[in-house]
Amino acid sequence: MPITYTSGEQIEVYRFSIPVTVGVPLLALFLQAFVPRRLPFFSIFDLPLLVTIFFGMARRNPISGLFTGAAIGLAQDMLGAYPIGIYGIAKTVVGYFASSLGAKLDVENAGARFLVTLGFYLVHAAVYFTVARGMVNMTLHWSWGRGILAGLVNAFLGVALYFVLDKFKQRT
Amino acid sequence: MESVLGRYRNLTILVGVLFLQVLGLAVQVKRSADVENTRLIRIWAVDTITPFERVLVWVQNGGSNIWHNYFFLRGVRAENRQLKQQIEQMRLEQVRLSEDAEQAHRLQQLLAFKEQLITKTVPAQVIGSSGSDLSRSIYIDKGSNEGVAADMAVITVGGIVGKVLRVYPSTSLVLMINDQTSGVGAMLEKSRLQGVLKGTPDGAVILERVMSDEQVAAGDTVLSSGGDQIFPKGLPVGTVSKVTPGREMFLNIQVKPAADLSRLEEVLVVTEKQEHNPVVDSGVRVRAADILAQRLPSVPEKPVVPATSASGAPGNSKVGATSQSTATAAKPQTPTGSAKPDAVQTGSAPSIVKVPGAKIPGGGQAAAVPGAKPASVPTIHSVGNGQPTASQAPKQTAPKAASGDMAPSNSSPTVSGSNSANSPKPATAGAKPPVSQPNPQPPATNDDPH
Repeated sequence: MPITYTSGEQIEVYRFSIPVTVGVPLLALFLQAFVPRRLPFFSIFDLPLLVTIFFGMARRNPISGLFTGAAIGLAQDMLGAYPIGIYGIAKTVVGYFASSLGAKLDVENAGARFLVTLGFYLVHAAVYFTVARGMVNMTLHWSWGRGILAGLVNAFLGVALYFVLDKFKQRT
Repeated sequence: MESVLGRYRNLTILVGVLFLQVLGLAVQVKRSADVENTRLIRIWAVDTITPFERVLVWVQNGGSNIWHNYFFLRGVRAENRQLKQQIEQMRLEQVRLSEDAEQAHRLQQLLAFKEQLITKTVPAQVIGSSGSDLSRSIYIDKGSNEGVAADMAVITVGGIVGKVLRVYPSTSLVLMINDQTSGVGAMLEKSRLQGVLKGTPDGAVILERVMSDEQVAAGDTVLSSGGDQIFPKGLPVGTVSKVTPGREMFLNIQVKPAADLSRLEEVLVVTEKQEHNPVVDSGVRVRAADILAQRLPSVPEKPVVPATSASGAPGNSKVGATSQSTATAAKPQTPTGSAKPDAVQTGSAPSIVKVPGAKIPGGGQAAAVPGAKPASVPTIHSVGNGQPTASQAPKQTAPKAASGDMAPSNSSPTVSGSNSANSPKPATAGAKPPVSQPNPQPPATNDDPH
């Protein structure tokens, strides 16, 4: 169990091996595309977003976080039916702020991770809706009930997922 | 300036990356939909993900097939029996519908309507989705290599699914009807009211543009109207699940899709449609009763019983004899009263018509003796036990049956009543002269019941 510090000077920064850096986002994208066809309820999860948040918080480097978010978001856009860039922009923002937050706060315990994931899910949804409605002119309707529910569900899954992904962390 | 950029380096890079993406997005939105400038990178992404999906689908189907086809066969017999019953019911229904369809074709021809038919489809398997909760699209394992093109309709047996949005060499992206950017021309089956079927953000389907003063009820069937030039007219879309007053004098009609869009596994891509004037078959017409008789289930065969009739007509008692052999065996004989015909058609061309599938209780079978033409002898379409005797027959001249001189094997079987095919009456003594055909027909051949 890595020791973490809330002090900005003593904060633990992690890195990941290349297979994990490439493989985990790809696996998340694959599962997100494949599983909902078999288990329809799975579509409420956003695994690429959870992976973006995890890598951002673990690396604690805003540049790295925003590029990770951009890459995962754009890849998710490429698989979809809408113009490329909507998820890219939303996940770039999330990756950047997750890294910035990780560099300033202790985000190693489950409670903090839960709240952070819930918050970033809503930020992600807000950016996505803004871009989709403002730029692409898509007629999206925001539902608070569904948005909060999806955020909570993703936060629960995120807490579990982060503990699994913690195993791949390597200290710098 | 340099120090400012260095101080806010992270923020500057963030703004730069966001600006690039916004710029890319703006270019995509501005350009027309026909010019797809992101095709190459989409192909990369699809080619990265879909091979794994194909492998998993293949493994899943293989395992499922082995289980269902080799191990888990419980209840197959009962299901088979049930399906057979269902087939018989559907055959009856088909007879009725074929009559209706023919009538509809005649009317369409009269009005010079064009009909659109699905002439070719490509079956495809669903291998994945877009990976987003907000986008309702699926990937199928057929692409341009198999003749799939953009804007082709995708359907299932249940109903319509969506249209092909993007095509790759071996994969295609299908936009489903419950996506919020989709639009399908639809109409209500009963009232023929037309509207536009659209998806909602939460994946539901609504029918728009139906005025609030129209009568629409839950349970009404929704069909494709053909107005979108993608889906042929008349395909099932779904059923109305809820009707509420909407905005701007329009009804808010929720539709439950006929196809289960959340559990799609196999779909059909309509790769070829044909629009033409309906053609009415002007050839030999077959009556519904004839088709019915052909398709009705037959009584199981009984063991062969040697003919004991006084007439001793050779060959007539041979069960299961082919038409040719029956015709050969049919020697000239005089019909008797013991052979009570189920139905008789008057005419100058007497013949005993063999009814396929009409098994004779006691082991006999109707003999086919066409071609014999003594005058004043009615045509016997179905003979009770298949062994007409001479004792009580009206004065008739026995027809001469030449060997092999019988109705062509492809001739429509003539049945004068459904009973004759289903349960032929046994021969009884005292048969009346065979004049029971309700609609006396002109001299008929075996081919033409009319």
